[in-house]
Amino acid sequence: MKYNSVFDIIGPVMIGPSSSHTAGAARIGLAARNLFGGDPEWAKIYLYESFAKTYKGHGTDFALAGGLMGFAPDDPRMSKALEIAEERALKIEFIEDSAAVDHPNTARLVIGKDNESIELIGISIGGGKVEITELNGFELRLSGNHPAILIMHNDRFGAIASVTKILAKHEINIGHMEVNRKDVGKEALMVIEVDQNVSDDILKELESADHINQIAKIVS
Amino acid sequence: MFRSAAELVEIAEKEEILISEVMIRQEMEVKNKSREEVYAEMEKNLQVMEQAVEDALKGVQSVTGLTGGDAVLIQNYMKEKTPLSGNLMLDAVSKAMGTNEVNAAMGTICATPTAGSAGVVPGTLFAVKNQLNPTREQMIRYLFTSGAFGFVVANNAFISGAAGGCQAEVGSAGAMASAAIVEMAGGTPQASAEAFAITLKNMLGLVCDPVAGLVEVPCVKRNAAGSSLAIVSADLALAGVTSRIPCDEVIGAMYRIGKQMPSTLRETGEGGLADTPTGRLLKEKIFGMTV
Repeated sequence: MKYNSVFDIIGPVMIGPSSSHTAGAARIGLAARNLFGGDPEWAKIYLYESFAKTYKGHGTDFALAGGLMGFAPDDPRMSKALEIAEERALKIEFIEDSAAVDHPNTARLVIGKDNESIELIGISIGGGKVEITELNGFELRLSGNHPAILIMHNDRFGAIASVTKILAKHEINIGHMEVNRKDVGKEALMVIEVDQNVSDDILKELESADHINQIAKIVS
Repeated sequence: MFRSAAELVEIAEKEEILISEVMIRQEMEVKNKSREEVYAEMEKNLQVMEQAVEDALKGVQSVTGLTGGDAVLIQNYMKEKTPLSGNLMLDAVSKAMGTNEVNAAMGTICATPTAGSAGVVPGTLFAVKNQLNPTREQMIRYLFTSGAFGFVVANNAFISGAAGGCQAEVGSAGAMASAAIVEMAGGTPQASAEAFAITLKNMLGLVCDPVAGLVEVPCVKRNAAGSSLAIVSADLALAGVTSRIPCDEVIGAMYRIGKQMPSTLRETGEGGLADTPTGRLLKEKIFGMTV
């Protein structure tokens, strides 16, 4: 089921004018920021279909910018987010892309700082709810219904075991887990939905485990 | 977890509880929260809705100037004249439109189920409140009942204009409100489902064609349509009128119609009212410099 809480329907409390194009866009920006693990310095944002056609009127642009800076959908600074981004020297470029996509409200974000960058695709499915459908070229289905940990790692034996062992040690239960790799022995991605939020200490411990390259968490 | 309106009604009937109670219990279970926590969260949403109506009745204006001030006009008319459609009806309409005026002015609202349709549920609540005199708890329950039916639509069809047209937004919102009015007025869970079906049936096919792609024209006035229809359908169901097509099948029809809608009529601002001479002119005026 796409929606699992009454507060997906009655809510969120948000700054207008559109739940999918404003609040949802802010949440996609926020998810990108969380996955990147901090303030990006630049962002290239590709918008598709309804997002591309109406982003100016709906404030999709300032909402995405606000999310990238960590603003929640009801943050009163939201409508000024583009100006605030400029003050903070966060360079954002919006590109209207006419390519066909599966969902009418699709955004592809490439964000970065120094030598690090990530690329992800987010869709806004209605009522402020979003899903992340792709990260760094890996397909995934991240609903945001549960806290999740995303781990970029090398496709080697023992990588998964070293992660699950640490989670077990801290008594963290895994609700859903997906592993995806680009090719045998190359970059791979673990997506682990857990039942409770994972503390930064545990993330640090995971980061130092064997074959782990990069870690991000999504708080539900 | 209930998946359909039929299941929702069945649980309520079997356990002899209200629809709102089914939703509250499910939320407690899914989120592992206490009743107090779940209530408190909904109380916060209710306060945002009250504040939005309060702001609207002081008069708001959107940045583009396309919308704002209509809620005040209607309230003044109600004071000076006897409205043909009745005070309760017009009160709901003005508060629904007002909430959406606040939304268009980039104020703070609670999406129900979306921002574009955020006026319908609170607008009807604050109007029927004056006649039914509910307790605070009953007002919060009104939102859970709306949410329960919205939950079914969201999981079986869609609630966004971009995916399914305005029928998915204002249609769903109006139907949700009808079901909640019935419960507050003492109707049965089945009567709530009938009211829901009647409203949604009358919203089928409604396209999402916002002028300049903005959540203003016709969105604000569509909230008037959703809220007034919600009250009429609730009255029909309370009178014992039933829907020949069951609730879940109406939701299924809404889904299929939405799937058949071209993208020009799904929140792209390209078809319908957006594509009228005046609609295009307004777009040019607003975005002339930047687009």
